[in-house]
Amino acid sequence: MTTTSDAVPVYDPARLQAISARRRRNTAVSAVSTVLVLGALVLLVVTSPGWPAVRESFFNGFYARDVLPNILAGLRLTVILFVTAEPVILVVALFLAVVRGLSAPIFTPLRYLAIAYADVVRGIPTILLILMFGFGIPALNLQGLPDSPLFWAWFALVVSYSAYVSEVLRAGLESVHPSQRAAARALGLNQYQSLRYVVVPQAVRRVTPPLLNDFIALQKDTALIAVIGAGIEMTRAAQIYAFDAFNYTPFVVAACFYILLTVPLSRWADWMAARQRRRSAAAGGVL
Amino acid sequence: MTGPTLQLRGVHKAYGDNAVLRGVSLDIDEHEVVALIGPSGCGKSTLLRCIDLLEPIDAGTIVFDDDDISWPGFDVNSARRNIGIVFQSFNLFPHRSVMDNITLAPRKVLGAGRSDAEAQAMELLNRFGLADKAGDYPDRLSGGQQQRVAIVRALAMQPKIMLFDEITSALDPELVGEVLNVIRGLKEGGMTMVLATHEMAFAREIATRVAFLDGGEVAELGPPEQVLSQPQQERTRRFLRRVTEAGRL
Ligand SMILES: Nc1ncnc2c1ncn2[C@@H]1O[C@H](COP(=O)(O)OP(=O)(O)OP(=O)(O)O)[C@@H](O)[C@H]1O
Ligand SMILES: [Mg+2]
Repeated sequence: MTTTSDAVPVYDPARLQAISARRRRNTAVSAVSTVLVLGALVLLVVTSPGWPAVRESFFNGFYARDVLPNILAGLRLTVILFVTAEPVILVVALFLAVVRGLSAPIFTPLRYLAIAYADVVRGIPTILLILMFGFGIPALNLQGLPDSPLFWAWFALVVSYSAYVSEVLRAGLESVHPSQRAAARALGLNQYQSLRYVVVPQAVRRVTPPLLNDFIALQKDTALIAVIGAGIEMTRAAQIYAFDAFNYTPFVVAACFYILLTVPLSRWADWMAARQRRRSAAAGGVL
Repeated sequence: MTGPTLQLRGVHKAYGDNAVLRGVSLDIDEHEVVALIGPSGCGKSTLLRCIDLLEPIDAGTIVFDDDDISWPGFDVNSARRNIGIVFQSFNLFPHRSVMDNITLAPRKVLGAGRSDAEAQAMELLNRFGLADKAGDYPDRLSGGQQQRVAIVRALAMQPKIMLFDEITSALDPELVGEVLNVIRGLKEGGMTMVLATHEMAFAREIATRVAFLDGGEVAELGPPEQVLSQPQQERTRRFLRRVTEAGRL
């Protein structure tokens, strides 16, 4: 580019003004329409004939305040369960995914075990795994193993989610073009180094959005641990209270906290997915 | 070292029923530049990939510096240390900067320290006019720049021989020159090279010998003036005629 006449943009003030006026109008329109729609919905709900009864047993201010400390204690446990399970799941799932891609004959039994694990575990509802591990193993009184139902319920979540997450990671590994591995091997990197420095980093980057979705689901599924009555995790706190008082407000309070936990993660997952799309568009796809 | 650097003897390679290489024999001496030409699908890429042990061969031997590197169980990683290969599609690692693309193998395979590896990489980048790209990611580079980085990445392992597989055919015409200049520079430096190419003019200029690959074997071999101007074989003449006709269209 050596022409100079068009190189510097010339801003026309009237044009800029028109643009910002239009922007202001768009914002106003969306604000007004949002308020109208929400208002109509609220009006519809509170004027419906069943509303007083619903409000009494689901949105009761007294019970909400009363149960809050218990729920907050449960919240702490939920976060601990989630934060400790996640890294373990990632490691186990990555191991399973990598094993399934190994072709050397020595790995044949391991490969079949990994396939069987993913198939069997994904076939069992998570709640059954939690019941089996959480009630079953502590009842065996096995020497040297922890006997806490809470631990075994946590373990069941790890078992279940490892299988799902390994499938996501496997899809990621397969999406990395074989020429990347060939380039790594051609440079003299061995099989492990090629995976560690070239294939796995690219695979993980590509599947970050679906991985985050799985972790949102995991966060919610910590609630399933309540069924074995372990600890004072959030749903359990709500459950005890609700059955004592015949009032379901505690469930609603617990639900609100779950939403508070998962919404930021969802927004983050969306943001990551959008960034990914922008990036691969900029790179013109993969070669 | 006694014989030639690289010695191919009766190399066979089939994909299922498709016998691609049917007894390729070729000796390549130190400092030689051999251009590999032939119709599309004749097995140029396959041969280069076999030499770098990216594909196992079915029969024959590949001897490099007196070692039969094609022997089953030969330490492929140590063999590849002496052989650099550059692909048509660059295959840079998109998640690593130019500098990290170049230093990865020297650091992990040769055990070089980070600062040594980076100093060596900077030297190579300087030599090929890429010094200002060291921190960039591959998707920010033009095709020609990406291909030059891929060459630098292979050179950083200080190979004794370089294999080039149609390294300019994915490039826009105006970017071909900068990549060919790199090859010219390497020839001046005495690098032993095998390059598969469709650029006959370049083959004529750069090669010490030209090998015409057809029907799974080396159909004709000799100095460029001979193979490209006075081919002995009818099939070589036919191929060259097709190439020049395509060039005129
Ligand atoms: N991985 C593979 N699996 C099966 N067949 C293959 C594979 N790679 C190559 N082939 C076949 O081997 C033959 C030779 O392919 P190759 O890529 O070596 O040809 P080439 O001479 O490099 O062609 P071009 O000039 O188009 O690059 C082709 O028939 C091709 O279909
Ligand atoms: Mg080819």
